[in-house]
Amino acid sequence: MQFWIIQGLNSLSLGGLLFLLSSGFSLIFGLMRLANLTHGAFFMLGTYLAATALRSFDGLNIWTTAIGAGFVVAALGGLFERLVLTRLKANPLGQVLVTLGMSFIISDACLMIWGGDSIPVPTPQNLQTPTRLFGFVFPTYRLVLVGLAVLVAVSLYFLIECTRLGAMIRAGVDDRQMARAVGIPVSRLFTIVFCLGTGIAGAAGVLGGPILSAYPGLDADMLPLALIVVILGGIGSLLGAFVGSFVIGFIYTFGTALFPELAYIILFLPMIVVIAFRPQGLFGRVGA
Amino acid sequence: MSISRRQFVGVAGAGIASMAAPNLVFADNSEPIRVGLLAAKTGPLASGGIDMDLALTMFLKERDNRLAGRKVELIVADTAGVPATARTKAQELVEKNNVHCIIGPLAAFEALAIADYLTEKEMPTLGVAAAEDMTQRHPSPWFVRLTSTSAQCAYPLAEYSVKELKYKKIVTIADDFAYGHEMCAGFQRVFEDNGGKIIQKIFTPLATPDYGSYVAQVKSADAIFLGTAGSNGFRFLRQFIEYGLKDKMAVIGGMTALDESVLRNMGDEALGILTTSWYSAELDNPLNKAFAPAFRKQFKYDPGYYAGSTYVSGEVLEAALKTIKGNVEDKKALMAAIRGSNADTIRGVIKFDEFGNAIGNVYIRKVTKSDGRLVNSVIQTYPDVSQFWTYDKTAFLKNPVYSRDYPPAKNLEP
Amino acid sequence: MKWIAAVLIGGSLLLPPFFAGDFYINLASQILIAAIFALSLNLLVGFGGMTSLGHASYLGVAAYISALLTSRYGFDHGAAALISILGTTAMAAFFGVIALRASGLGFLMITLALSQVLWGLAYRMSNVTNGDNGITGLTRPAPFGFSLESPVAFYWFVLIVSTIAFLMMTTFVTSAFGSSLKGVRDQPRRMAALGFNPWLIRWITFVYAGLWGAVAGLLYVYYHKYIHPSSLSTTSSAEALLGVIAGGSGTLGGPAVGAALVLLLKNYASAYIERWNMLLGLVFLFIVLVMPAGIVPGFSRLMAGLRGENR
Repeated sequence: MQFWIIQGLNSLSLGGLLFLLSSGFSLIFGLMRLANLTHGAFFMLGTYLAATALRSFDGLNIWTTAIGAGFVVAALGGLFERLVLTRLKANPLGQVLVTLGMSFIISDACLMIWGGDSIPVPTPQNLQTPTRLFGFVFPTYRLVLVGLAVLVAVSLYFLIECTRLGAMIRAGVDDRQMARAVGIPVSRLFTIVFCLGTGIAGAAGVLGGPILSAYPGLDADMLPLALIVVILGGIGSLLGAFVGSFVIGFIYTFGTALFPELAYIILFLPMIVVIAFRPQGLFGRVGA
Repeated sequence: MSISRRQFVGVAGAGIASMAAPNLVFADNSEPIRVGLLAAKTGPLASGGIDMDLALTMFLKERDNRLAGRKVELIVADTAGVPATARTKAQELVEKNNVHCIIGPLAAFEALAIADYLTEKEMPTLGVAAAEDMTQRHPSPWFVRLTSTSAQCAYPLAEYSVKELKYKKIVTIADDFAYGHEMCAGFQRVFEDNGGKIIQKIFTPLATPDYGSYVAQVKSADAIFLGTAGSNGFRFLRQFIEYGLKDKMAVIGGMTALDESVLRNMGDEALGILTTSWYSAELDNPLNKAFAPAFRKQFKYDPGYYAGSTYVSGEVLEAALKTIKGNVEDKKALMAAIRGSNADTIRGVIKFDEFGNAIGNVYIRKVTKSDGRLVNSVIQTYPDVSQFWTYDKTAFLKNPVYSRDYPPAKNLEP
Repeated sequence: MKWIAAVLIGGSLLLPPFFAGDFYINLASQILIAAIFALSLNLLVGFGGMTSLGHASYLGVAAYISALLTSRYGFDHGAAALISILGTTAMAAFFGVIALRASGLGFLMITLALSQVLWGLAYRMSNVTNGDNGITGLTRPAPFGFSLESPVAFYWFVLIVSTIAFLMMTTFVTSAFGSSLKGVRDQPRRMAALGFNPWLIRWITFVYAGLWGAVAGLLYVYYHKYIHPSSLSTTSSAEALLGVIAGGSGTLGGPAVGAALVLLLKNYASAYIERWNMLLGLVFLFIVLVMPAGIVPGFSRLMAGLRGENR
C-alpha cells in the first residue's frame, strides 16, 4: 500500500517537474513552429545560476531566484531570437543547427564557469522537513512542485485564453498569414513568446534544482524529456503538455519500479505507441 | 578560448616533421621525455578529467618539469568520455606526438577501446580505469593500473561492515554499468562470505533524471552501500536524505561515492558516512602531507581519487625512470622498471602484481569536519590489499568476471 | 572551375598515403567513414525532406552484428558483413513503417526514440552485447587476402568502398526515382495527385539510407576494432545531422564537407583548443548566418559571385 502511495506521489512530482520544463518548449513550438533544441541548455543555465546565487547569498529565497533567473535567461533568449533566429524563418534545418550550436556554447560556457562538479541547489529552509503522511515521510518540496506546476499551468491558461496577448498568440498559432494581415505584429510577438518560453525554462531550472542539482550534461538529459512530453501531448497544445507530463511521470515512475529491465525503454515506449496510432499526439490537431 | 601553450609549441614543431617521416626515434638525452595524458575534460566525466590534468601538471611543475635528469613534456588529450574519441586521441599521442608513455584513461570503456592498440604499439601505459578484467583475464604486458580494480577497495569495507559495524542486511545501489556491477559483486561476495546478506541490489540507469522512484524502492536494512561514481551517487544521496531514510539506515560507500570532489559540494548531511578507497586527502604520510595542502592552496579544494591517481602515476613513473636512468627509449626496460617498482607515494607504498594491478593500502574513511570543511578521515588501514583479496588467484580467475548476475545473489528479498 | 575542384578533391584523397604520417592517414579514413554516414543521412534529410535524429541506429546495429558474428560465433568477415547489412536494412524497413506515421518534429522524435531504445538495449543486454564494456578484440577483414591492418591499406579499402557508396548514392539521387523523391519532398500533395505514392517513395528512401548507414557502420567497426553503446547514442546521430546541415543538405558533396568539419573540430582542434565544444557551436552559428544553405552552396555562390555571374 505504502509503495503505491509513495510512487504515486513521486509520479505527480515528476510530472510537475516535467511540465515546468516542457511548457516553455510547447509554447515556442506551438506558435513559432520552432523546435528550440537549446531548451535543455536554458534550463540548465537556470539551475547553475540558482546553485551559485543560493549558496552565495544567504538572504535569497528560491522563488525570487526563479523569477530573477527567468529574466536573465529570457533576456539571453530574446537576444538569440532577435540576432539569429529571425533570419531563419523558412530554414528549419538551419534552426536545428543553430539551436544545437547554441546549446553547445551554453553548456561549454557552464563547464568553463562552474567546472565539472555537480553543484547542489539548496531546498528552501521552510520546506526542508518532510511531510508525514499515513505513517511515512515524503519530501515536502516535491509536493510544492506539483502545486507550482498547476500554478504555472493556470497562469499560462489565463494568459492565453483571457488576455489580448494571448488572443494574438492564438491567432498566430492558428493562421500566421491572416494574423499578419489583420495587423498583429507577428515578428514582435515571436520575440515575446520566445522570451517567455525561455524564461519559463530558466525559472524551471531553478525550481527543479533541489531535485536535480546542477551538473554537466543536465541539458542533454532534460531536452529529450521535454521533446517526449510535447510530442506525446500534442504540438501546440498546452493542455497536451500538462497531461503528457503527468502521463510520462506515472508511466516512468511505476514502470521503472515494476519492470527495471525496461528502464531505458519505458520513457520512449508511450510516445512511440501514441504516435504510431495518433500522429498528432493526444491533444494536437491534425495538420498542426 | 585559449590555445594551450604547451600543445602549440610541441605540435607546431613536430607537426610538419611527423607528417613526412613518422617514426624517427633518437635515444638522445637532450630530447624531452614525452608523457601523454588521456583525460575526459569535457562531457559528464569532466570533473575527474580536469582534476587528473591539474594534479599531473602540478607534479611536474614541482619537479621543474624534469624527471631523472631529463626534461619532461606533458601532452594532454581530451577524450570527451567517448570511446571512439579516446581511441583517436590515443593514436594522436602515439603517432603524432610520439609520446614515450601514456597516463590514464579514466573510464573502463575508454581503456578497453584502446587496450589492443596500446599493446600493439607497445606503449607503456599507467592506467586509471578500474575494469577488473584488464588485469585479470585479459592483461597486457604494457598496461599497469595503480589505483584499484572496481571491487578491490570494496572487499575490506565488506569485511569491516560485518566484523566491526555488525551489519547483517545490506542493500546495494549503483549505476547500471560494469563499474557498478563489479563493485557491488565484490562487496556482496565478501559480505556474504563473512555471514551477511545482501537483500536487494538496485542498478539505476545511466541517465536517470529523478531518483525519487528508486529511493522509494529501497527495502529496510542495516545499511545501504553506494557503488556509484561521479554526480549520480551524490544526487541519489540527497534524495535519500530528503525522504527521511538516512534516519533509518546507515550509509556506506565505495571508492568514488563520496570522493573529495563530491564532498566539497555537500553539507552536514554527509557527516558520519563511511567509505573505502586507496586514497584520502587526510592521509598522514610525509608525501601526502606535502601534496594535499599544496593542492588545496593552489586549487582551493582537496584532492581526491582523480587528482590522486595521476599524482601517484607521476611518482611511480619517476621511480621507474630513476631505475633506468631516464632511458625512456628502451620501452621494455621502462615497463619492467614500472612493474618492478616499489614506489613510495602519497597513498603509501605500492607494488604491482604479475597482472599489473597495484597492491597497496586500502583505507576505511569517515566523513568528518576539519577546519570547517568536510574531509574523509582515515579510521582504519588494510595493508597490502590485492585485487584477489584473500581468495586463491587461480580459482578466482576460473570464475567468470563479476557482472550484474555474478556472483548470483542468493539472499534477495522479494 | 569544376575541373579544378575535381583535381583538388582527387588530389586530397589520393595523396595522403604517400606523404602523410600514420596519424593523418587514420584521420583521413575516419573522415571518409563519417562522410559516407553523413551522405546516407542526407538521402533522408536533404533529398527526402525527413529530418532524422536516429540515424546512428543503423551504424550501431550493423557494427554490433558484425562484431558478434565474427568474435563470438566464428563467422568469417564476408558472411558477417552480408548478414549485417541485410539485417540492418530489414530493421530499417521496419523502423520506416513506424517512423513514417509522423512527419516533421514527430518523425524526428520517433527516430530519436527508436535509436534510444536500441541504445538502452545495448547497455542492458550485457550478456549479448557486453554492455558498457563494449566488444573488444575485433579484427579487420582481409578481402582477397590483403591485410587491412596497416593504416595505409585500410585507407585504400575505405577509399574504394566510399567511392562506390558515393557513386551509388549519387545515382540514386539523380535518377528518375530521385526526382520523384525531391518532388515528394517539395510538393507531396501534387505528387499524389499525379499518381505517385509518396509514402512508398519515402519508405524506399528510408530503407536505402539505412542500408548505406549500415555500410558506414561496418567500416566504423573495422576501423576501431571495438564497438560500444555510445555509437548508438543521440550524440552520434546529432553529430552526423549537424554535419549534413552545416555542409549543405541539398547538395551531393555538402554532407561530406560538413562531416569532415565536425570530425576535425572534435578530434583535431580539440588538441589545441580546450573550449572546442564552444568553438563548434560558434562555427555552426557562423555558418548559418553567413551561408544559410550550408558550406558547399555558400561556397559555390561565393565563387559564382567572384566570377561575376550573379547579376
